[in-house]
Amino acid sequence: MPPLDIVSWVVLMAGCFFCIVGGIGIVRLPDFYTRTHAASITDTMGAGLVLLGLMLQADGEWLVISKLVFVALFLFVTSPTSGHALVKAAFAEGVRHDDGEGGS
Amino acid sequence: MTMFEAAMAGVLVTMFLALVRAVAGPTVPDRILAANMFGTKTVLLIAVLGFLTERPEWLDLAVVYALVNFVGTIAVAKYARFGNLASDDRKVG
Repeated sequence: MPPLDIVSWVVLMAGCFFCIVGGIGIVRLPDFYTRTHAASITDTMGAGLVLLGLMLQADGEWLVISKLVFVALFLFVTSPTSGHALVKAAFAEGVRHDDGEGGS
Repeated sequence: MTMFEAAMAGVLVTMFLALVRAVAGPTVPDRILAANMFGTKTVLLIAVLGFLTERPEWLDLAVVYALVNFVGTIAVAKYARFGNLASDDRKVG
């Protein structure tokens, strides 16, 4: 197996690991604001590493690599933006964090 | 098993977990968050599927899906906060 393939395997599997950890987090964590944290992990480390692993498999085709870079840059800009807007909307709607004393 | 099939399996597991949260709720922002995460994972799924089928042109679809997902999330969050999509009146500071 060529060394580039090994690096690609490792990076893709690391990306999948972060995705699944974030998925477990969004199911298991106690309230909305902590779940936002779990979803952010999948958008930065998960998506970033998976797209990096795909870039290593692009055989140096600059068009494919530039499209992947564009997707990654776009996700890195939009994910925090939508997360911020969503948290502000939730706070305005009256969702409060779970401090362990009951109530949402 | 190729690396793309393994990556697709991981992304699909994550999408399933996001769906669990989207169905479970309990609040509206929880469901929007899960739908947003599902959309981001769909972008990854399309990109990986393009490499799996050796048709990287699908990356164009991934770019478009990322754009639509972002605009959709912002629109639903704004609707949940203000009650309509036109006003910028603040319901709560």
